Amino acid sequence: MPLLEILGLKKGYPRPSGPALPVVDIPQFSLGEGQTACLRGKSGCGKTTFLNLIAGILRPDEGRVSLQGQDLARLPESRRDRLRGQKIGYLFQSFNLLQGYTALENVEMAMRLGRGLDKGRARAMLERVGLAERLDHKPSQLSVGQQQRVALARALANQPCLVLADEPTGNLDPEAAEVALRLLKQVCAETKAALLLVSHDPRALSAFSEVMDLERLNRAAGSAS
Amino acid sequence: MRAMGRISAVALMVRRSLRQHWLGSAVTLLSVALASGLVMAVFSISAQARAAFAGGTLGFDAVLGARGSQLQLVLNTVFHLETSPGNIPWSLYEAIRDDPRVETAIPYVVGDNYLGWRIVGTLPEIFQKADGLLFKEGRAFSQEGREAVLGSYAAQRTGLSVGDTFKPYHGLYFDKSMQHDEIYTVVGLLKPSNSPSDRVIWTSVDAVYRMKGHVLRGTGKEFEPQAGKVIPDESKEVSAVMLRLKNPMAGFILDQTINKQGKVATLAWPIAAVMADLFERLGWVYRVLGLVAGLVVVVACGSILASLYNALQARRRDLAILRALGAGRRTLSAAILAEAGLLAFMGSLLGYAIYLLILALAASLLRSQTGVVLSLGFWHPALYLAPLGVTLLGLLAGLVPARSAYATDVAENLKPLS
Repeated sequence: MPLLEILGLKKGYPRPSGPALPVVDIPQFSLGEGQTACLRGKSGCGKTTFLNLIAGILRPDEGRVSLQGQDLARLPESRRDRLRGQKIGYLFQSFNLLQGYTALENVEMAMRLGRGLDKGRARAMLERVGLAERLDHKPSQLSVGQQQRVALARALANQPCLVLADEPTGNLDPEAAEVALRLLKQVCAETKAALLLVSHDPRALSAFSEVMDLERLNRAAGSAS
Repeated sequence: MRAMGRISAVALMVRRSLRQHWLGSAVTLLSVALASGLVMAVFSISAQARAAFAGGTLGFDAVLGARGSQLQLVLNTVFHLETSPGNIPWSLYEAIRDDPRVETAIPYVVGDNYLGWRIVGTLPEIFQKADGLLFKEGRAFSQEGREAVLGSYAAQRTGLSVGDTFKPYHGLYFDKSMQHDEIYTVVGLLKPSNSPSDRVIWTSVDAVYRMKGHVLRGTGKEFEPQAGKVIPDESKEVSAVMLRLKNPMAGFILDQTINKQGKVATLAWPIAAVMADLFERLGWVYRVLGLVAGLVVVVACGSILASLYNALQARRRDLAILRALGAGRRTLSAAILAEAGLLAFMGSLLGYAIYLLILALAASLLRSQTGVVLSLGFWHPALYLAPLGVTLLGLLAGLVPARSAYATDVAENLKPLS
């Protein structure tokens, strides 16, 4: 059984008049344990909506999203929240760090809401991404590349089985982007987490040997833009 | 384990939020403290003032004085405030003293002061007959000499101690041009009784009569006492007579005889009822104060609501991030409610400091004006009901922002910032 299995997934957004605007329409997609998948997707092709559906942040209009055999769409919201906290690491394009919290607190908060606080592991994760000297710095005191690394440490803190990365290099300069991608792949491999990366940045896509086209996968791509 | 994780997450959210919005939180905390302290102070001061004014009677049941207001008579003799409604002849004092229904009758003669502290001419027996007039040092004044015994607060404020001398001033209020020539010696100091009598300088009736310039009218004719000469009883007059009655029926009968059938004097009986009447009349003041305190509580709770709600608008993205990290809607609502409850609870605790401050100020003012002492250690149910009520109302005020946090749209608020 694959780690992630998607069947007949559909999501649209209501419009002031007329039928809903389809954004995601993916007949089938799957990802095995520890596997890496890289999807190419232009702006407006439903990348973020797709990832939010997998993370259980959005509920699909139709279809199923199964993670380790559990259909997220059929779970009550509170169970989906819990499952997301424990099993999914989400790396956002704009990092989405908690601004009032230090780097360490950002990682610790994810653990408190996920599998439980392990202060040693939180520190170790930040040390692993090269931020041993920046534990008590707030996001505003860190460079963009460092913020990205805090977000990476946070996404992997709960030892998730699946890491979702939404345009992870979108806000980084070439050098920082390369470091971030290398770290992402390495740490996912070390923790045996499956990685699903969606991007339209050629630098990010070139780091993967195999790249799928989200626009081909998503029959609704194009109508969202 | 998971529940502990959620609780520690909520605790961290609350801590961070309070720190991020420290100014708003501090203002809210102060407004809650003020509200809680004010409510406690209104109830405590009101209850203490009532108890003190009802209990400062030195064990006397009634006051006999000139025809006029019972309240003025009580204020003048029991609380040593206001002016005397007039004098009554000595014969009236003798008549009530000898009445079989009266257990004790002590005359008061007022009209002089020392630096504003009222001098009361009376009998030395008062220290045996009245309740609460206990000696700290020294002895009672003699019937004949120019001797005085000072209440504790009067002694403290004038700085006089046993063996010191002073010259009184004419009138109930201090006027330095009105000093008498007679020299009085302090022979005793009283222990604090926490009653208006702490502000009094006690001396003998004779010593007051014989101050130079005092004219007695007694039954009508003017008489100026002279040294070495006996003052005839018909010339003597007193400001009031403090009475302890043998039983309540005696009070009822004397009330009928003196107040309803007589036209010469007024009997204020029972003293506590006269004061209760005063408090009844002043009831609206307490109601207004209570209303103001209640409004301050409402404003403080509104302040919690506004502070959290405004902070919430700025924290929408943080809330969405927390949801994306696995926080449920209830966890976020719990964090907002916990913050509201904590602000209200901490504010209520701080309210005790505000309460003590208000009480100390009121106590100082009341003591200097009336001699009534308010205790900082006084216990009143409002001292736990007010903080409890304010905390609950604060929690209630947190429901609106908590509901708003519950409804936070994750995907909408996680959109990349432009």
